[in-house]
Amino acid sequence: MSTAAFPAAVLPTQQIGSEPTSGPSTEQLLELSMGPQHPSTHGVFRMNVVLDGERVVRLKPVFGYLHRNHEKIAESETYLGSMPYTDRLDYICPLTNNWAYALAVEKLAGIQVPERAEYLRVIVGELTRLQNHACLVGFLMQDMGCSGTPLMYAFRQREMVLDLFEALTGARMMCNYMRFGGCRVDLPAGWLDQTKKVLQQFPRFLDEFERLLIGNEILMGRTQGIGVLSKELAVSAGISGPMARASGVDYDIRKVDRYGIYDRFAFRVPLGSHGDVYDRLMIRVLEMRESLGILDQAMRDLPAGPIVDPKTKIRGFRPKPGEAYGRIEAPKGELGFYLISDGSPNPYRYRVRPPSLINLTVLEDLCLGHNVADIVIILGSVDIVLGEVDR
Amino acid sequence: MKRVDETLKSELGRQGIFTTTLQDLYNWGRTSSLWPLNFGLACCAIEMIATTMARYDLARFGAEVFRPSPRQADLMIVAGTVTKKMAPQVVRLYNQMPEPKYVISMGACAISGGPFKQGYNVLKGIDRYIPVDVYIPGCPPRPEALIEAFMALQKRIDAQQLTGTNRPRHLNADEPSEFAVPQFGAHDLQPAKNPAVWNAPLVQISQTGNDGSGKN
Repeated sequence: MSTAAFPAAVLPTQQIGSEPTSGPSTEQLLELSMGPQHPSTHGVFRMNVVLDGERVVRLKPVFGYLHRNHEKIAESETYLGSMPYTDRLDYICPLTNNWAYALAVEKLAGIQVPERAEYLRVIVGELTRLQNHACLVGFLMQDMGCSGTPLMYAFRQREMVLDLFEALTGARMMCNYMRFGGCRVDLPAGWLDQTKKVLQQFPRFLDEFERLLIGNEILMGRTQGIGVLSKELAVSAGISGPMARASGVDYDIRKVDRYGIYDRFAFRVPLGSHGDVYDRLMIRVLEMRESLGILDQAMRDLPAGPIVDPKTKIRGFRPKPGEAYGRIEAPKGELGFYLISDGSPNPYRYRVRPPSLINLTVLEDLCLGHNVADIVIILGSVDIVLGEVDR
Repeated sequence: MKRVDETLKSELGRQGIFTTTLQDLYNWGRTSSLWPLNFGLACCAIEMIATTMARYDLARFGAEVFRPSPRQADLMIVAGTVTKKMAPQVVRLYNQMPEPKYVISMGACAISGGPFKQGYNVLKGIDRYIPVDVYIPGCPPRPEALIEAFMALQKRIDAQQLTGTNRPRHLNADEPSEFAVPQFGAHDLQPAKNPAVWNAPLVQISQTGNDGSGKN
């Protein structure tokens, strides 16, 4: 069915909100359920899509298939007891989750972080960003049907970073590294040299990636002009992270809040101008290059000293009654933890502001009018992790 | 089933004549091309993907062909937390797989609910609804652990016989090929378990009592 043959009545804007059978259209609409078991929904995510031929007329995301009661469990745990659970929120980048939670508790209890610990946090945080973006680019290529090779390249880089995490924290994925007032362990011997070796290879990977794929005509045809997110919608829907920046919103919490020690590093914030899938892909590649710069500076300036504030009380940690919101620029966007303390050892209220979920809210707007095959890459470019969406 | 004498077999093999039994051939075919279902639930799925990548290279075990459709898969790797909302789909997917089919329960969550066991929405182990062949502990298990599970499963398949008590389930007319899909009840999944598959382990309490000496 050609797209030109559609009568005006079935154009997406008029179809939203009406039942597929009672719509004004004389065309037959098809309701398709994508997921929860679908190879390209990045986990257990389901989309109820109403199609007119190949075109998306309506899209309703259904989630909750991975609702693991994170917030409720955290309210019955001690403050430190929730730290391992934060690893499992966005399970591709556990260290930034740790960081956001530690930041919120430090704000709540007024804990100072020693300088060396701040540097270590920046180093592991940026390494996390590198491997998250590398994975995303690989998965997005996989979603486009470029099966295997780009994902293998991405995972080759990711394994190198995971080796570093394992040497530092003892775990590949569930690192559980941050503590209130610092970090858990100091760098093992030779870790910085190993990191430098890994980082030296990264630009080569990015160059190779760009040469092979980014200028590829098929890829450009597939991604340019697809899933356009306007700047106004991005701002009004609260989109954050690389997705907002791809639409031209100059909003990076590392620059806005300058949390930790981010004011000491020189780095640029790449911005897109079209807000389509291609821009979102390119933003990730450019951000990886900026992260490499931050890592170089952080490793150069890394001071000696304690890695955890010696005054922090670990046992019987009871912050004074009050509330705090700590947020960081996680690889996927603004990750925030909102905590209310009533003076007891466990938080009275524990709320996560997950970037994946909020970035996902505009999915229908991005997909309307596009083909079924484009849903997959639009979803891939949003960069969701279901552990964080459903919590 | 009478097996071919091993010395005769190797003697024939040297002369270019290869002999085998139907059972060996059947098991060899099933062991060396286990096609898993392309199906990830949570964190463990990332380690499952890492296992298929170049570094760990699951292709060495003939299992790199992840099929998105259950109709083409032999093996279901339950990789991640099974929530109560997801459990019916998991059982349904298992029912849709053709026999012979196997299940690896990957990670603490799929075994018992793991760290999220106390949650109201988390199923306390997928073995309540479907039979599991291999369990891998870990949160998440390392890729090496998944490879170990594959090897354990392959050994298990290799030891199966076409006839007798140790035959695969689909060759046994008494064994079910489909398992009841749980429904959403008022408070919990209905039924809460499939008694044909799983029953709560009975704890034997000694009548004489334990005096702490280590001897009952």
